[in-house]
Amino acid sequence: MSISTEPRLADPDAFYAALMEAHRGLDEAASRRLDAALVILLANQLGDAAAAEAIRLAREAVAGPLGGTG
Amino acid sequence: MPATYQNPRYAWRRPDALGRAAAEEAAVVILGGGVVGLTLALDLARRGTPSILLDDDDTVSLGSRAICWAKRTLEIMGRLGLGRRFLEKGVRWGQGRVYVQDREAYAFDLLPEQGHEYPAFVNLQQYYAEEWLVEACAATGLVDLRWRNRVTGLENRADGALLSIETPDGAYRLHAQWLLACDGARSTARQALGLPFLGQVFRDRFLIADIVMRGDFPAERRFWFDPPFHPGQSVLLHKQPDDVWRIDFQLGWDADPETEKQPEKVRARVAAMLGPDIPFALEWVSVYTFRCRRLERFRHGRTIFLGDSAHQVSPFGARGGNGGVQDADNLGWKLAAVLGGAAPETLLDSYDAERIPAAEENILNSTRSTDFITPKNEAARAYRDAVLALSAKHALARPLVNSGRLSRPAVLRGSPLNTRGGEATRLPPGAPAADAPVLDRGRPDWLLRHLGQDGFTLLALAGTGAPGPAPPPGVARLVVGETETTGALLDHAGLVAARWDLAPGQAVLLRPDQHVAARFDRPDPAAIAAARDRALGKPA
Repeated sequence: MSISTEPRLADPDAFYAALMEAHRGLDEAASRRLDAALVILLANQLGDAAAAEAIRLAREAVAGPLGGTG
Repeated sequence: MPATYQNPRYAWRRPDALGRAAAEEAAVVILGGGVVGLTLALDLARRGTPSILLDDDDTVSLGSRAICWAKRTLEIMGRLGLGRRFLEKGVRWGQGRVYVQDREAYAFDLLPEQGHEYPAFVNLQQYYAEEWLVEACAATGLVDLRWRNRVTGLENRADGALLSIETPDGAYRLHAQWLLACDGARSTARQALGLPFLGQVFRDRFLIADIVMRGDFPAERRFWFDPPFHPGQSVLLHKQPDDVWRIDFQLGWDADPETEKQPEKVRARVAAMLGPDIPFALEWVSVYTFRCRRLERFRHGRTIFLGDSAHQVSPFGARGGNGGVQDADNLGWKLAAVLGGAAPETLLDSYDAERIPAAEENILNSTRSTDFITPKNEAARAYRDAVLALSAKHALARPLVNSGRLSRPAVLRGSPLNTRGGEATRLPPGAPAADAPVLDRGRPDWLLRHLGQDGFTLLALAGTGAPGPAPPPGVARLVVGETETTGALLDHAGLVAARWDLAPGQAVLLRPDQHVAARFDRPDPAAIAAARDRALGKPA
């Protein structure tokens, strides 16, 4: 099982703008909760295996792999 | 101290060995007269094995302590003859309800299935359980209950443990061929052996307030995250017998335990929760912290650790007392078999092989619950709060809400005592027996009442022809039929066949602790004997 890392959004700029708009007016903690809620919703859409892979890819992108073998 | 319960004081008897130079000899010594030690003593006695039980006090639990007894514990107590007492006195419940702030987030049913003798949970103060166990142990005549016997020294040797014991009248020494340390989280035995007890500390404090009130809350587990009456923290409510209610307030790490225990302070917290119109009295108050940790191994030669002395979990999930009772259930028949010459000593290694994974499972679940209830950092808090916020409207978030994953019996999947085959069935090797209603000569009865009283049992679903071959010596046979047959229990509801995944002619070999040892499509005496020998730890 692998998630698609090829572009799939028809209007990437609109998606990005909508994401920024959702954060507008929120303080640090509320922003964090919003992102967390988004992750929960998206993970449920992806299912276990794809969600696990998304976690792995995200971690790798921002901080390097978790543990010895990633 | 409790107003609804008076602690019994057990008579202290002067041990014969007092003042003697030579150590007294005993085959089995149990250290600690709590739920676990007493369950083990009773189980051994039911199997004809005498024991000496040492306890440094002369009474049962002070305060209600463990209150949630899970179905598997009730089944074990049923096998030991105490099940009815738990049902009669205890408060049955099977529903949990989770609140976020001022609204209900969701409710769950722990045992949606009908047709079991015991419910998902019964709430009962620990002192009642211990009192009944003491009575039952004494009635067997095989348990030498020694109150006010405090162990001050322990030498673990190849031939057993040499104990130094102090009593009100002086000291004596006791040599135990087998020492079963059931002496709790601060185990004297564990400290005497210098064994590391490692794991995770949680930086949080909790307040238990047991109150007496005539409230009209239903008998269910209620858990609040961030309620208006206790903002920013969690609260848990449970009903106990005698109109006693357990309220567990999360306090946070910075709370001062001494201040929090002040009655007026506790009363104010409870009043904020119940409102001004419900009168109540404080019954028992305790402030606690907890850890999740375990010994690396539970068996150390002739000294074996059970319950909290071997492993400790957070209280969320009711996995401490229930896990400890399963330890006793697992070890009792094995030790009796070794002492009776039916099994080699190496059978006791399987206690580690089976109960360490069970303890790991309990620690894993209770750690995850605690991480949800007490977020460790800002990211964890954001996710926890996001899950709670989503849970009101969206079902997808509800399974992520973790206010405690309630105790389930261990399935001993990887056990060396299992015979392979039937792993994909509903009741694979290692699983605890599933109860079902049956008819015994026309009378309503329960299947579990017929299993494990006399050692190994072959449970066979009657086929169309003869009831199959006789089992080997030492294995009782229990036949269950889909139609009325002489000498067989009637599976009138079809639930034995369904829950056990059994077709006519198939059979299951059960260990004395009611766990599945092997499954047979076509049981033959040689295969049954081989599986029985394997479950007794005999080399093939």
